[in-house]
Amino acid sequence: MENDKKNTTCCCSCSCSSSGILPQNIVHYIEECMQKPHSESYLIQVLHKVQSHFGYLTPEYLQEVGQRMNISSSKIMGVATFYNLFSFTPRGKYRISVCLGTACYVKGSGKLLDQFKEILKIKENETTPDGMFSLECSRCFGACALAPVVVVNDKVYGDVKAEQVEKILAEYGFKK
Amino acid sequence: MPTALEKLQDMRRKAIFRVFENKFRSPIRITVGSATCENAAGATEVYERLQQNIAKHPGMEVMLSRVGCAGRCDLEPMVTVVMHGQIPIKYMRVTPEKVDKIFEEHILHHKVLEDFTMRRSASLYNAQRVVTVCGGKQCFEKHAFDIEKAFLENIQRLGLQDKIILTRSACQGLCQYGPVAYIYPDNVMYQKLTIEMVQQICEEHLLKNHTLGQYTWKGERLANRSFPFFGDVYFFGKQLRLTLRNCGVIDPESIDEYLAVRGYEAIAKILTQLKPQDVINMVKKSGLRGRGGGGFPTGNKWQFAADQVNSQKYMICNADEGDPGAFMDRSTIEGDPHTIIEGLMIAGYAIGANKGFVYIRAEYPLAVQRLEKGIKEAKEIGVLGNNILGSGWNFDIEIRLGAGAFVCGEETALIHSIEGSRGMPTQRPPYPAIAGLWGKPTVINNVETLANLPVIILDGEDWFSSIGTEKSKGTKVFALAGKVANTGLVEVPMGTTLREVVFDVGGGIKNNKAFKAVQTGGPAGGCLTTEYLDTPVDYDSLTAAGSIMGSGGMIVMDEETCMVDVAKFFLDFTQSESCGKCTPCREGTRAMLAILKKITEGKGEDGDMEKLQELGSIIKNASLCGLGQCAPNPVLTTLKYFAHEYKAHIYDKKCPAGVCSALVSYTIDPQKCVGCTACKRKCPVHCITGDPKKPHEINQEVCIKCGTCQAVCKFNAITKS
Repeated sequence: MENDKKNTTCCCSCSCSSSGILPQNIVHYIEECMQKPHSESYLIQVLHKVQSHFGYLTPEYLQEVGQRMNISSSKIMGVATFYNLFSFTPRGKYRISVCLGTACYVKGSGKLLDQFKEILKIKENETTPDGMFSLECSRCFGACALAPVVVVNDKVYGDVKAEQVEKILAEYGFKK
Repeated sequence: MPTALEKLQDMRRKAIFRVFENKFRSPIRITVGSATCENAAGATEVYERLQQNIAKHPGMEVMLSRVGCAGRCDLEPMVTVVMHGQIPIKYMRVTPEKVDKIFEEHILHHKVLEDFTMRRSASLYNAQRVVTVCGGKQCFEKHAFDIEKAFLENIQRLGLQDKIILTRSACQGLCQYGPVAYIYPDNVMYQKLTIEMVQQICEEHLLKNHTLGQYTWKGERLANRSFPFFGDVYFFGKQLRLTLRNCGVIDPESIDEYLAVRGYEAIAKILTQLKPQDVINMVKKSGLRGRGGGGFPTGNKWQFAADQVNSQKYMICNADEGDPGAFMDRSTIEGDPHTIIEGLMIAGYAIGANKGFVYIRAEYPLAVQRLEKGIKEAKEIGVLGNNILGSGWNFDIEIRLGAGAFVCGEETALIHSIEGSRGMPTQRPPYPAIAGLWGKPTVINNVETLANLPVIILDGEDWFSSIGTEKSKGTKVFALAGKVANTGLVEVPMGTTLREVVFDVGGGIKNNKAFKAVQTGGPAGGCLTTEYLDTPVDYDSLTAAGSIMGSGGMIVMDEETCMVDVAKFFLDFTQSESCGKCTPCREGTRAMLAILKKITEGKGEDGDMEKLQELGSIIKNASLCGLGQCAPNPVLTTLKYFAHEYKAHIYDKKCPAGVCSALVSYTIDPQKCVGCTACKRKCPVHCITGDPKKPHEINQEVCIKCGTCQAVCKFNAITKS
């Protein structure tokens, strides 16, 4: 993201007491949404933007979103915890996602997941201590014809075989 | 004042001019498939390499463009080369290295690289013409095979067998004109054929190149559009592509190309000629039923909303394709986003809504991007937004992203998610058609349902209802995946049998293994066995067999799939996706899953099957929404059809398919092991011991049963039991 600088005061011209940890582009997006009818319906979109900027969500970010969107923190927390795509833990530089959709599962993606766990020595939804790799399970990328599928950040690997696991990790600089 | 239709026709003429200027006048056209799966298979690199090759030959007129997914996913990336006046050649599994060769041999020296082409297309390249006789059910009843025989005899009698290729297609959707035959590349369709006509056609058309105008079918069907592009390939020739009519044919990011293929003509037509009630009546008469799974008649759903007196109504497109193993909606949006926009507008006009939403999964970034671009361009040229085509009618579309919750496919949950809340279902009635989004009358239609609408409006409700079975009209798209040879997206007329889909279109089971079951309907559906292979694919027949149509995921399983494990997989999915609102679903699925886990771990006991049965029927009857009501289906159908597998797990402590790792073990036969150390080196947990050139041994306590050792052993010394 282009805007990494943290604002110490509220960056919109409103009089809110927010400390302004959200980047300017998201603040502007929220302001735009607030002009439209049913502004609360943009909450999920806003959370997506916050997560893609910071990599994960924290109560502080959610609180600021709540203040700016005029939605209670409890409701935002409820929404953020309901949906699988929102994460509250920092994720690794390389996010490995093993698809456990039906087509991938019958083609053995469960075994691939075991292998990733074994090699990285972490469980699902965990990150390696050096912060390089995190492991997630996904419920279908819609690339079923290439099953089994593994996605690292945005790169899709199709027809992955057990012996390829180490090779894929090596591409991202993993050393045993 | 020109009418909306006249305005649109003018836009279309200009679009065709622009497209033709650019594209079709070029003597060489190259298209590269470009959807999520194609890009994953390397289509982006292939496209770049083609660009580089073209740049090396500055004087050459080559038009390179991207098209959506053609559906033949296991052969991706696909590249189609059309040299002026010749049959398109489709190359499969193209790599940047292959691109160089294709460019050198085919583009520069007009030599087709047969080894890289999809089945049959290379032999067609050398033929002058291809005659395709429709082999659909209704044409067959009208003696289509006598016609086929007559073609064969006449072709041989006239000595044309080296120049003409005779093929057979699936239903072409021209049933009332059957038997029909299509002549390629002349693009001529002969209708209501008799033996005498065939003789004349062979003598005049095939021998002397005179088209017999009096026998040809002169209509223009949207549905038959993809046939000239793909009909020569067996996989496609067996299909009837209605909703996928533009996928793989046009550039999804070009509104001009969509306009050129009669895009937005349906909405222009209804704005000019039809009242909302006329549109509803047309859709009712067409027999279109919801493609999202439920199969509720679309026209009736619209009628409920249309009958509500309310100044604000909403139209929602459900593109939250949550079923694992289903990717029809993603491909449709990625390959033809404007069809969804137009479908949403038609539905909005019918029910009296001025605002539409597309609720789409955040996991589909490319689909979102193409849809956003489509909406923007449609607004720019005035087919969307205010005063559409000068008709005074307004319609606006917004996109809303999901965030990974399967339950949001349920109508009321989806509405709550759009509203920005937790996506939890609420009790119906009131149905969304009465009180939906923000309490206003709302209709939610699935992507595929909407994609059918322009076809119904332009090709007519009577024609649409001539396809399919008595109660299920039109076609259905299936995402064929699992252990089947040809994985991909297929669209077949309703009433096609499962056998035809799996074995004819799908090419049968991979690696000659035995077919075990086909799973339809995703986590809400069921598994059907060999005995049910001749079940026609329609809403009612699949329900009667114990499964459901669902949204269209079709996963094929072979002898190496453990049905108990599959049932556990689905229940694990629904259990973790259960929103937790109602007790039967929240607690019941958990209890069922615990029993299934126990069984697959070899701790099953007498009475477990009965408990599963009882819990299943309670959850089915007592859950609040569709998720819970269907969650036990995979378990109940496997209990019914694969009871012997459950029994083997519970009583014999064996997994017949060798999948449940607690019930299998790998052992090394010391007689066969030569001590090559391959397994020892590859074992991920280092549980194999032994010196080189001496028999090795597996430490069963450490072994994770991954099967790597068996896969790498060249001496068949490792057995699974």
